[in-house]
Amino acid sequence: MNRRGFIKAASFGAAGLTAACSRAKTGVEEELPSQLGAKLSAYGERSKHETAKRLVPELKRPEIGSSTTPLAETEGIITPASLHFERHHAGVPQIDPAMHTLLVQGLVDRPVVYTMAELKRLPSESHIYFVECSGNSGREWKTPGAGDVQKGFGLASCSEWTGVPVRVLLEEAGLQKEAKWMLAEGADACKMFRSLPLEKVLKDGLVAYAQNGEAIRPSQGYPLRLIVPGYEGNTNVKWLRQLKVVDQPYMAKDETSKYTDLLPDGRARQFTFEMDAKSVITHPSGGRKLPGPGFYEIRGLAWSGRGRVEKVEVSVDGGATWKAAQLQEPRLPMAFTRFRMPWEWAGNEVQIVSRAVDETGYVQPSREELTDARGSNSNYHYNGRKIWRIAADGEVHSV
Amino acid sequence: MERCTVFKPALLVLLAAGLAIAQSPKTKVGKPATPADIAQRDHFVSPDGEGLPPGKGSAAEGKKIYERRCAECHGSQGQGKDEAPLVGGQGTLATPKPLKTVGSYWPYATILFDYINRAMPFDNPGLLTYDQVYAVSALILHWNGIIGEHDVMDASTLPKVSMPNRDGFVADDRPDTGQIKKKAKPRAK
Repeated sequence: MNRRGFIKAASFGAAGLTAACSRAKTGVEEELPSQLGAKLSAYGERSKHETAKRLVPELKRPEIGSSTTPLAETEGIITPASLHFERHHAGVPQIDPAMHTLLVQGLVDRPVVYTMAELKRLPSESHIYFVECSGNSGREWKTPGAGDVQKGFGLASCSEWTGVPVRVLLEEAGLQKEAKWMLAEGADACKMFRSLPLEKVLKDGLVAYAQNGEAIRPSQGYPLRLIVPGYEGNTNVKWLRQLKVVDQPYMAKDETSKYTDLLPDGRARQFTFEMDAKSVITHPSGGRKLPGPGFYEIRGLAWSGRGRVEKVEVSVDGGATWKAAQLQEPRLPMAFTRFRMPWEWAGNEVQIVSRAVDETGYVQPSREELTDARGSNSNYHYNGRKIWRIAADGEVHSV
Repeated sequence: MERCTVFKPALLVLLAAGLAIAQSPKTKVGKPATPADIAQRDHFVSPDGEGLPPGKGSAAEGKKIYERRCAECHGSQGQGKDEAPLVGGQGTLATPKPLKTVGSYWPYATILFDYINRAMPFDNPGLLTYDQVYAVSALILHWNGIIGEHDVMDASTLPKVSMPNRDGFVADDRPDTGQIKKKAKPRAK
């Protein structure tokens, strides 16, 4: 490598080195000719060569539905806000933050209305948390075999969220002794709301206005959303406009008709808030093709709504034997944890699978264990292990 | 907003000590909410009917508004069209093809009013008057065989409607799969 090539590689790090190498047909060549690059810009855009995007289904009513995060095309633990999954119940409202207010009322001594500017004056916190729709991987209940990570697992994303702890707001308002639950309501067209146990939101609920360092995007709740760490995505109410403290759950449509988990005997579990430990190998994964035998790093994501991921084990023989993967530190509670394992592929057909263990000791179940316990009508909270089959030609398929 | 107040026993002596938090404001940022502020935004209806507004309607009165505002998505008799059915499905919840409808699944009639009132019609929520919401709620309950065609639904009668799946929900008793080394942290009940 000549001097110019070296400087270029050094200044752009590994990405620059990869780019320089991929240009060359026979090795490292000088990039010719030199040209001035693009000028300064006010708001960054990704390279035109990068194409990872959310998968948006064709729907008659595109205001209600979900789009999925391309998890296999993300690295580390943070999901870019532009790729965070969407689940809307009545479209994305266009909200002028100067007009938006949050009403805090109910069983409190002093009901309060906050403007966005006032909320931003209050004590703030930042935390990295995943948000996962409880419908994520839901199709696996009936027909296992989601073709790829995005289709099967893409209703989960992880961001740094910044905002005001719910506790700060409720302390200001002064809770009355009958207070037991909190209703959180959005400003979308359907005014979606959920009931949440007061103890949980006082512990770590966050009224967030920022995501990954900038204002929350409209599709994620701009200008304000509730973050309930580890709880099913639907409780993380977007476009938040009202918190009402009450003495009982209000049995919202989205906690009775939906987001309840039907069991084989016809009864349904209700208020199944926590997202249980889950993991998925994102590389190699369904839809990809390995170019040939040799070295690969198995990579994936693990998370638990009940705390930290304690261990992730990977099997390259369909679950017969397991080996602990390396976990990226810091391992944060209710956040994605990246796992990695070096692997030499001999070129034969193999099945690879991961299982997560969280700090409570809970082990991510196999699909069989899960359906033995709950049947296949639950729709929500599927967290079974995902097996990928790598064929001798290197193509990776869902099992 | 006129409210139907319901006496509630003081069952919440149960309040955990951990919930007792400072009772005086620290920052005094934010403005006191007036009763008008609250009335404008608070449309929640509790399972015992608190929050139900004045007004009334019957299934017979609901037919016309249903045909105009609901049938396009939910079908002429609530059988479903682009959207899932509102009617039928009783007795299917324990079968391989459960049909979850207002009649077979929803545990409270109050939330039917709340949901139609806050979220329907899909493309224009808030369009219906309270009388119309009561009437359409009554129609869906009637089609499910739960009330009569001329039964009047209002703030006092709606909470008393006995829904077939009222006792069909159970508390979260996970973890329910094996290999659990120690019990997961209990959640507030």
